[in-house]
Amino acid sequence: MSDNGNLPSGKPRIDHLEMRGITKRFPGVLANDRVDFDVRAGEVHALLGENGAGKSTLMKVLYGMYQPDEGEIRLNGERVEIKSPVDAINKGIGMIHQHFMLVESLTVVENVVLGLPSSRGPLTDLDRASKRIRELADFYGLQVDPDAYIWQLAVGQKQRVEIIKALYRGAALLILDEPTAVLTPQEVNEFFDTMRHMVKDGHAIIFISHKLHEVIDISDRVTVLRDGRLIDTCSIEGCTKSSLAEMMVGREVIMKPYRAEVERGAVRLALQNVHALSDRETPALRGVNLEVHSGEILGLAGVSGNGQRELAEVITGLRQTTGGQILLEGESVTGRPPGELTARMLAYIPEERMKDGMIQAFTVAENLILRDHHKEPFSRSGFLLLRIIAEFADKLIERFKVKTPSRETPAKSLSGGNIQKVVLARELSRQPRVLIAAQPTRGLDIGAMEYVHARLLEQRQAGTAILLISEDLDEVLALSDRIAVIFEGRIMGILDCAEATPERLGLLMAGVESETV
Amino acid sequence: MISELFSATVLIGIIASGIRLATPYLYAAIGETFGQRSGVLNLGVEGQMLLGAFAAFYVAFTTGNLWLGLLAAAVVGALMGLAMAFVSVTLHAEQGISGIGFYLFGLGVSDLLFQRMLGTVETVNGFQPIYIRGLSDLPVLGRILFSQNILVYGAFVLVPIAWFVLNKTTLGLKIRAVGENPQAADSLGVSVNRVRYFTVTLGGVLSGIAGASLSIALLNVFQQNLTSGLGFIAVALVYFGGWRPAGVLLGALLFSMVNSLQLWVQVLGIPVPSDIAVMMPYVLTIVALILTVQRVRSPSALSKPFQREG
Repeated sequence: MSDNGNLPSGKPRIDHLEMRGITKRFPGVLANDRVDFDVRAGEVHALLGENGAGKSTLMKVLYGMYQPDEGEIRLNGERVEIKSPVDAINKGIGMIHQHFMLVESLTVVENVVLGLPSSRGPLTDLDRASKRIRELADFYGLQVDPDAYIWQLAVGQKQRVEIIKALYRGAALLILDEPTAVLTPQEVNEFFDTMRHMVKDGHAIIFISHKLHEVIDISDRVTVLRDGRLIDTCSIEGCTKSSLAEMMVGREVIMKPYRAEVERGAVRLALQNVHALSDRETPALRGVNLEVHSGEILGLAGVSGNGQRELAEVITGLRQTTGGQILLEGESVTGRPPGELTARMLAYIPEERMKDGMIQAFTVAENLILRDHHKEPFSRSGFLLLRIIAEFADKLIERFKVKTPSRETPAKSLSGGNIQKVVLARELSRQPRVLIAAQPTRGLDIGAMEYVHARLLEQRQAGTAILLISEDLDEVLALSDRIAVIFEGRIMGILDCAEATPERLGLLMAGVESETV
Repeated sequence: MISELFSATVLIGIIASGIRLATPYLYAAIGETFGQRSGVLNLGVEGQMLLGAFAAFYVAFTTGNLWLGLLAAAVVGALMGLAMAFVSVTLHAEQGISGIGFYLFGLGVSDLLFQRMLGTVETVNGFQPIYIRGLSDLPVLGRILFSQNILVYGAFVLVPIAWFVLNKTTLGLKIRAVGENPQAADSLGVSVNRVRYFTVTLGGVLSGIAGASLSIALLNVFQQNLTSGLGFIAVALVYFGGWRPAGVLLGALLFSMVNSLQLWVQVLGIPVPSDIAVMMPYVLTIVALILTVQRVRSPSALSKPFQREG
């Protein structure tokens, strides 16, 4: 650390930032209840908590997006008011949002200077800015071409642009909201190196993550929130994954679900040299070969955007193939419509559960019969049999422990975890032969995640062939019998769960051929 | 008879009037380009043009001062633009529907004012062609390019200015960012609403001037529904031009040339049914849009109201 209190960028350091007794109320919800939090120059302070624990609210207060109802913020000992994100930026606070805040049709440098005054008055000064970006990039190992368009960049590069954006504005304190969610294990390591470098220079970093091993890996201190309240702030020394999880959830958590021995059966789903195009009409799948057996979970790992979405859509009949064969229990179903696949007992848990998994304005009961509403027992001669539907819905709500005021509640007013339970209930109650589960626990909290995992394993034991598409490597490793890795629309390799490690999978995810692994 | 079309005099005439006729399209479509690049679809251009045309004509007719007329058109256009911005930006209204509302408002009010304040079709002595020593005397080019009135020149000068503002200034960067990802712009302290108010009001000013170019420079009259769909074609030209000023210029010229051709076909008495001739520009719009719309990506946030999330 330099002694004069300045960062390498020449901007002043934030030696100590304190939030004291922050309370924030929303109609009917106490999002933050007298929360204390502080962070110092030169440390990574992790913020942990389930969905709805109040992490985002607290950080939005710090970043000026919300005004607290009670409490105060102190910057280097002085009380400050942060009225807007611009105010926060001016005080040296930068935030890297989970969903990138980048304009795809603009270049890197245009994104970086957006909203800043220019040295040439009303005209942009992109050349000068590019030079400064290159300096920052070299210094922190954040290689990126200032003249590239954002849409040309890979996810990891986009994240670098976000960090450069914050550093360019002289951020001394960075709030990183789940920054590793979209990275491969190797990229996470590089990213942590950059974080360590920034901390060494005197930056302060707040790190929000669900991934407990990452928190243990990179943080100096950790603060856990639950139900809007501060549970504890402690040094990372002596913390374990299970102790942190217990603090988050408030009870003991099963970190590794139990996988019973199941006899692997016949091939139920086979893909042979499948090709397909993306929405942009570029090749998304380039000759995918996969087999999923009865009674197994085949995990499909990969970095977001390598063809996972297209693969799920091709299998479920939502996207046309441009080559190859798809076989369901030995019969070709290539190009068949979703309705026919449904009839053949193919179930689908879509990635975008709110958009593709249900009709938000429909009631829970209506969503539960979406697939079979047109036939017995739910309807006869075109009339819905409402009594039978009601009984069916109540039965599933109980069996799948869906928390809903009633079966007539519109699905959109349920929490994310309960919405996923409705989707699971609909798909699994049909006793599917083959199940495609795409990102089934994304955005869910630990409790709901445990629940989904248990149900998937239950299906496996019942003999269903399950394709688990997930970007969460821990999930893939915990559930799968075999793990296939997809990169740029090709399967890079298939590993048995016993021989799969994060490192080996990471190399495959980055496109390194399997022979060299 | 057809061969008459290909005499030098007629061809020069067609091109010269084609350039002249491009004027209202250019003002309106460049204005609309700014609005759409910032994410606001204003379908009320036609209504703004009608009110601008009336204001310009009435003021020029009563005061005899064309520049006052032009100013009146700009002010009326600005007010209409502000109103559209208020409805679409502040009130988050559905932009297509509110735009149609503004069109109907402009159509009705301009006709009402025309009936009440003028009563009959009058004429004014509009902006005259400017003689530029040397240039205007050039053979062919002199007649085509350098014998036009000031509003025609203004329209063509506007194109590179618009390109420069959009691509080389911090304001232009903000406009493009707001039209693509307003959340991102907002997170960097760019006021999405302020940018959109600016572009939509600017669009109103330019639409008003587009109307004035008809009533006090090209046709020099005002009557009910003077613009007859021209404002809607201007909106289509923005799509045709791929949201770029140069593309808009190309579209406007193509369109006005066809229009000019059909006028000359009628003037020369070539036996093409006049209905078919009049249809040509509109058929062209549809064909052009079918060919282009799939090719170019529109601004991502186009016609989506912006609201800060929770």
